[in-house]
Amino acid sequence: MALMDKHQILEKNASLLLVFSFLVVTIGGIVEIAPLFYIDNTVEKVEGVRPYSPLELKGREVYVREGCYLCHSQMIRPFRDETERYGHYSLAAESMYDHPFQWGSKRTGPDLARVGGRYSNAWHVQHLTDPQSVVPESVMPRYGFLAGQEIDPSLIAETLRTNRAVGVPYSDEMIKQAAADLAAQADPNADTSGVTGRYPKAVTGDFDGDPKRLTEMDALIAYLQMLGTLVDFEAYQADAFVR
Amino acid sequence: MSDKPHVDEISGVETTGHEWDGIRELNNPLPRWWVWIFYATIVFSIGYAIYYPSIPLLNDFTKGVGGYSSRAELNQELDAAAAAKAGLLARLAETDVTEIPSDPELMRFAVSGGAAAYRVNCSQCHGSGAQGGFGYPNLNDDAWLWGGDLQSLYTTIAHGIRFETDDQTRYSEMPAFGRDGILDRQQIKALALYVRSLAGLDDGWVDAGETEQSFLDNCAACHGEDGKGMAMMGAPNLTDAIWLYGSETDQIIRQISEPRHGVMPAWGDRLGDVTVKQLTLYVHQLGGGE
Repeated sequence: MALMDKHQILEKNASLLLVFSFLVVTIGGIVEIAPLFYIDNTVEKVEGVRPYSPLELKGREVYVREGCYLCHSQMIRPFRDETERYGHYSLAAESMYDHPFQWGSKRTGPDLARVGGRYSNAWHVQHLTDPQSVVPESVMPRYGFLAGQEIDPSLIAETLRTNRAVGVPYSDEMIKQAAADLAAQADPNADTSGVTGRYPKAVTGDFDGDPKRLTEMDALIAYLQMLGTLVDFEAYQADAFVR
Repeated sequence: MSDKPHVDEISGVETTGHEWDGIRELNNPLPRWWVWIFYATIVFSIGYAIYYPSIPLLNDFTKGVGGYSSRAELNQELDAAAAAKAGLLARLAETDVTEIPSDPELMRFAVSGGAAAYRVNCSQCHGSGAQGGFGYPNLNDDAWLWGGDLQSLYTTIAHGIRFETDDQTRYSEMPAFGRDGILDRQQIKALALYVRSLAGLDDGWVDAGETEQSFLDNCAACHGEDGKGMAMMGAPNLTDAIWLYGSETDQIIRQISEPRHGVMPAWGDRLGDVTVKQLTLYVHQLGGGE
């Protein structure tokens, strides 16, 4: 075959083979990478989605650190059985500020994409401390130690700045107020107008049952109580794909 | 390599033309059935790409001539499921929750739907058998913090208890008699023993007379002069054998000093009116409904 004979020229000439290999890899790379430059055009804009508040962001770090995503997904697929159990299917925009996203790939425990507001803070504390005390058949490990780990507020501004570097639109004011917002969101006596003004729908108050200390338990529950609550689905129109 | 392909002498089949230390590889053609299936899959993929959404473009993607979308498919499924029980759902929506029990067919539908919704949304706190737990009320018994009639249950489920984002939520807060220094330790301990005696738990303790007055002054406004509670305030009956936070003296002292307040989410917005009605009827018929 003539074509195969021509291919032998490449096979017998190392430099030429290198050049052509490089060309092929380049084409493959462009096809895979170029669409990412247009990602803003393909992600649907949904009203209500906002960056995480400092406390929620800290809670999200705890969630990632403890590997919650290994057993819990955050992705309600558009199937009847899933939407009837967990609520409206997840939208891409709802994880647009996740770096990395927490969709997960396995459900040993239930999906958490819309867990916000489903349970009281006290339930979350009890469940994280001793899961079997409220769900006897659960195989979840205990995370009570989180209530003993106080948060160092001096690092939170850097965390926000890091997120801004990868595209989360934190404003200068948000970064400046990060430490104050972190403390105010979990303090039942604080003036929370600042934090709820910057982060609408943020749940405030004492989360872990100990108002005097700011712990990772506070942060994780603040994050869980927010999950899936930002979008108002009565106003959301699935057919109008807004860019 | 010569121009003529090399042919293996023993089998009479062409070789690939390569040789490794005298070893050559036969170049047998692929089986025809395999080749034809391979071609068929290529043809199929073209049809598939035309019919279904497939190729990403810069700002969009090809929608496919079939008009398929997973969201539309979900909506069809949900519509079909709703249509299958449309008559009953519509009747549930328009029937007042207090009148549903007089319609046996509607009642059966509501209770079985409520049981399913209960398992998904309520069992995590109230238990899979509605038996409750420490801090979470048992729904099978006759004690109702906020009232056990259908209308009260509906309101509780729809708007929750101390659920701050719902402006019609049920709300009450017992003063922290110890933490806020309203009563001293001795008075609180005496009250705890008095409350135990109300419930018939005998510690051999005898009231010197002032504790009853202290109860009337501090507790009776919500729990009633006889300690039988008040559903309007969410104040529990103190005379029965049902204790949300324990009946030991220490537990009662803790609850008087620094009360814990249960929080229940509002389900009205999340589940909708019909499901809340179903849950109401399910919980009501568990045994303790008033």
